[in-house]
Amino acid sequence: MINLTIDNQKVAIEEGSTILDAAQIVGAKIPTLCYLKEINVIGACRICMVEVQGARTFVPACVAPVAEGMVVRTNTPSVIKARKLVLELILSDHPMECLTCVRNQNCELQTLAEEFGISEIRFDGAKTEYPIDDSSPALIRDPRKCVLCRRCISVCTNVQTVQALAAENRGFDTLIAPAFNDKLADMECVQCGQCSLVCPTGAIVEKDDVDKVWAALADPKKHVLVQTAPATRVQLGEAVGAEPGSIFTGQMVAGLRRLGFDKVFDTDFTADLTILEEGNELLQRVTQGGTLPMITSCSPGWIKFCEHFYPDLLDHLSTCKSPQQMFGALAKTYYAKKEGVDPADIYSVSIMPCTAKKYECQRPEMFSSGYQDVDVVLTSRELGRMFKQAGLDCSNLPEEEYDAPLGISTGAGEIFGASGGVMEAALRTVYEVVTGQTLESVDFEVCRGLTGVKEATVQVGDLPVKVAITNGLGNARKVLDKIRAGEADYHFIEVMTCPGGCIGGGGSPIPTNTNIRLKRIDATYTEDERMVLRKSHENPAVTALYEEFLEKPLGHKSHKLLHTHYTPRGVNK
Amino acid sequence: MAECACNCGEDELTKQLDKIIDPYRGQPGGLIQVLTKSQELIGYLPKWVQVRIAEGLGVSLQEVYGVVTFYAFFSLIPRGRHKLSVCAGTACYVKGMKTLIKSLRDVIGVKPGQTTPDSRFTLEIVRCIGACGLAPAMIVDGKDVHGRIEPEQIPEILEQYA
Amino acid sequence: MKSLDELAKIRENRREALKIREGIPSATEKAHVMMCGGAGCISSKCTDVVDAMKESLSKNGIADQVQIILTGCMGPCDMGPVAIVYPDATFYRRLKPKDAEAIVEEHIMKGNMVQRLLYRSPGAKEPTPKVDDIDLFAKQKKIVLRNNFYIDPTSIEDYIANNGYAALGKALVEMKPEGIIEEVKKSGLRGRGGAGFSSGMKWGFTANAKGTPKYVVCNGDEGDPGAFMDRSVLEGDPHSVIEGMAICGRAIGAEQGYIYVRAEYPLAIERLDYAIKKAREYGLLGNDIFGAGFNFDIEIRIGAGAFVCGEETALLKSIEGKRGEPRPRPPFPANAGVWGKPTVLNNVETWANIPEIILKGADWYAAIGTEKSKGTKIFALAGRINNTGIVEVPMGTTLREIVFEIGGGIPRKKQFKAVQTGGPSGGCIPAEHLDTPIDYESLGEIGSMMGSGGMIVMDEDTCMVDIAKFFLDFVVDESCGKCSPCRIGTKRMYEIIDRISNGEGREGDIELLIELANTIESTALCGLGQTAPNPVLSTIRYFRNEYEEHIKDKKCACNVCEFKE
Repeated sequence: MINLTIDNQKVAIEEGSTILDAAQIVGAKIPTLCYLKEINVIGACRICMVEVQGARTFVPACVAPVAEGMVVRTNTPSVIKARKLVLELILSDHPMECLTCVRNQNCELQTLAEEFGISEIRFDGAKTEYPIDDSSPALIRDPRKCVLCRRCISVCTNVQTVQALAAENRGFDTLIAPAFNDKLADMECVQCGQCSLVCPTGAIVEKDDVDKVWAALADPKKHVLVQTAPATRVQLGEAVGAEPGSIFTGQMVAGLRRLGFDKVFDTDFTADLTILEEGNELLQRVTQGGTLPMITSCSPGWIKFCEHFYPDLLDHLSTCKSPQQMFGALAKTYYAKKEGVDPADIYSVSIMPCTAKKYECQRPEMFSSGYQDVDVVLTSRELGRMFKQAGLDCSNLPEEEYDAPLGISTGAGEIFGASGGVMEAALRTVYEVVTGQTLESVDFEVCRGLTGVKEATVQVGDLPVKVAITNGLGNARKVLDKIRAGEADYHFIEVMTCPGGCIGGGGSPIPTNTNIRLKRIDATYTEDERMVLRKSHENPAVTALYEEFLEKPLGHKSHKLLHTHYTPRGVNK
Repeated sequence: MAECACNCGEDELTKQLDKIIDPYRGQPGGLIQVLTKSQELIGYLPKWVQVRIAEGLGVSLQEVYGVVTFYAFFSLIPRGRHKLSVCAGTACYVKGMKTLIKSLRDVIGVKPGQTTPDSRFTLEIVRCIGACGLAPAMIVDGKDVHGRIEPEQIPEILEQYA
Repeated sequence: MKSLDELAKIRENRREALKIREGIPSATEKAHVMMCGGAGCISSKCTDVVDAMKESLSKNGIADQVQIILTGCMGPCDMGPVAIVYPDATFYRRLKPKDAEAIVEEHIMKGNMVQRLLYRSPGAKEPTPKVDDIDLFAKQKKIVLRNNFYIDPTSIEDYIANNGYAALGKALVEMKPEGIIEEVKKSGLRGRGGAGFSSGMKWGFTANAKGTPKYVVCNGDEGDPGAFMDRSVLEGDPHSVIEGMAICGRAIGAEQGYIYVRAEYPLAIERLDYAIKKAREYGLLGNDIFGAGFNFDIEIRIGAGAFVCGEETALLKSIEGKRGEPRPRPPFPANAGVWGKPTVLNNVETWANIPEIILKGADWYAAIGTEKSKGTKIFALAGRINNTGIVEVPMGTTLREIVFEIGGGIPRKKQFKAVQTGGPSGGCIPAEHLDTPIDYESLGEIGSMMGSGGMIVMDEDTCMVDIAKFFLDFVVDESCGKCSPCRIGTKRMYEIIDRISNGEGREGDIELLIELANTIESTALCGLGQTAPNPVLSTIRYFRNEYEEHIKDKKCACNVCEFKE
């Protein structure tokens, strides 16, 4: 342990900790901007400067390690003056469009400016001017608002290993962008949106499609229906100001009805369906000698990642579409027919914790109903804004039920939102289908949690099924490299693009951090436990779907509507 | 596809580029050396060259481009046959660098950072070349140092470089 | 190279051949002409003089009795091309090809010095023929530049003849690693790159650091505008750097060294590359050097044009092929340097000191200089001064001695105004501080710093606002852009000073500049940023009236700044 003094209070902390860590123990709040725990620790913004006795200059608390006998002052007038000037400098190179910025009132820079009481910017010099990139269906990059904290680079490079962004040029002209200022839409960016999640300002944000949805709702000819992803019910609360971990399922349904959606359905329904299709595909591959390990295909960022970086492994991907797209295809076929609605009049909206879903719904493979299967995707953040625009106070809405039949689901569909959830849901079904026995406990704890790569062997009848679960693309890479090297003997791998799974997706409420992810995961499993049905194959609506329409898993209609193929893309093309 | 700065044919150029890359395959640490040699070969660093280097060394194109745009020596655009580098060291500044640049601009008609339309000269400002005793100084093509330049000497100096 | 005897044999043989350069006439050779091959003299076309001389020698049939050696920089760049003719040690200056014949036919063949080419002190009637008698050289003390008059930089045997690699031999054969570090510590040698940290302590930290392999790095990214000391050493005596690094390798247990040289120095790179090849050939790099079981080799890394790479953590990034962006310290390179491994990093001039310290001992070295700053320092003298070029003086020499005695004062009877030391990190020192003895501490106290050794003299015609603007422009351009105070703060400072120099200065601008400067100094990430405001602060401190004149009277007394109408 290292002993030091911070603001006249003694503190002992493990060696290797930073001054910032130590300050937290004594309740001294040191402001930060570029710092992002575990992700970005580079000491670049210089907002967290503190006074250390004997040091020639101020010291950045976020990176400076504690030392025995160190005497730190976090809030002397000179420290505050220096921080304030640094902040003033950062603001002097900022467009100050706060009122029209999507991050208004959820911006770390704005918060700092408020806390420091910045009332005047004394510098009227040049500002960074680079064009806005709105090429991507998912994300908008506005370098003018960038404070060069480099969190986006860190998350894209170290966590996701996509490396779509880097620092370019130098000095005042430094720009965070793809090489040659290439468009995000035209390169390896997988549109996961983790960058938008960590950006302290509005320099990278989701593309806002709220107005498209308002327009559809205003159109009397349109039959507007909505699906909500598993993770959204444990996120919406945060988006409208509730505590992380709040479960807002019923309130969300009620709110969506009040917004004027004709039907409120649930992606959990097609999550259950995915388990039946994917589970059968796995069994088929195992018994008939197909490509193994088989890898899940629910996560569109991951699909794009595989197409770019591991095109040689595309055969390992399950051919199943994601639950969102299965829903889209069925809504304009099965549902349209059943309900007697012209599919041309259906406007299919999807609420997702994800930015890549915006990209996914526009892929050319996703028109199997004869129309664009899903018309528009809103992130949890956008739905939160829509609720605010509509004056809906979520906390005081009554809890309502999803519409049938595409709103009927099980706990297995619900847990798709957390890392390991797809695997757990699959195991619940595969076990019972293969062995014909009922599981004593449906909880496969081994699948759960934030660990980057989880491995397990589950005995299913005679077969020890070896599985792996990864979250965050950097972790996926580890397993993929093993497959490439011929060292992976798994049967089934679950890959989720974002750390923690969809509950930490790029369309999640901001902030999203490890702590908040854990709370959302807890809420997810709570919601699972609350469900009467917890196994996908017990979903009566799914059974009916097969009886009335699809006939059987992996059947002809399934093949046409629920399965897809992939495109090798490579890098730098 | 690939653009080529000279007339040697793209395939030949690609082969030579690969020869530069080969010793550093899979070694990101060699990036600056490879870029330096590649620029010597091609004259600048167009996208296709950077892509090839990125793939050869096993780094992202973003990383390569980030490095290229960080260092003043690397150029994304073709340069003139002769590089006129005016020293902007303190001694040269004190002894008339600004006049020298103005005179050069008057004679060749382009600003620092630009290349003459006939591709003969690229004018640039460089950091101290260490010829402070000869201020104001200019270095041509990275090797010929011209010192104590008076404006009227400029045409005569430039004549040596066709 | 397997033993000290083997080295001694080469040394004795070669020294015999070079006796003529010590002033001892030779039976077989008439003369050695040491022609300065520094960058200044090369651009003054010294190679044309060499060609003319060779032609004349051939014509007279004595080509085999005279050697012409292109040396490293001799120092007096403004007199170039210069040459020393041995055995007489006659110093010639401002040579033209047409002078070659006179030197050959009169001096070398008949023994008559060519009067018109000799050096004359300002105001003196009689010339000063011998190099050692010339003021400019007499007041210098050459440790780092010990070989610059004496050896052919492309000859390893020349280097060996003047005790080259004897220190490495001693370190490997007679000393223990701890002993080497102790000796360097005792010598009081401090880093010559600017900050002045104790080299011995740095070595000690690295030797004790956990992690292998360890590395030795030479910082040859001499980027300060107006500094070309390291260039002179690399061009004139590359082996001294190689030897210093190898000694350190032994001391800290490293087998690999890197020399990072800026791309702007092609000749230095060429000489260094050749020297490394020769050292390998002679077994002075490679495996089992001096049979002591010690392996060491060196690789050159060439910079690509970024001033900030002179900052040590940025340089390490650059060696690894990345953007040269500094990172916060700790960890220091001693613990996490190249490839994250313990690394000693010193600059060229520091390394060139090492062999002499090992060979002659710490006590000898510590006797030179001041209490806290030991040894000598090389300065690159330039600007509005009579003698421009490279000088090496003991620490503690005053600025006045350098500017007025060695440098010969200000030309055209102009008034001295200031001397700028330390490049963009340093400051402008006015006449009132000319008697300051040069060492790390005293330069810091008067608002400048040692820096790497650039020394630019300014006279009454130099506008200090303009000079401050020049340095800010430099820093804005060279800022890596990582930390906000440097990236935005220096830009804002530039914008303010730019408007002052345009005649658009506002009331309060000076105070705003000071406020910005103080904050940047105390908050920027690296040494570049932390010292960037020095030129502004020092000029405000000593020449505030000039700023006020620009702001209030819209007037530039030196007629340098162009005001907007």
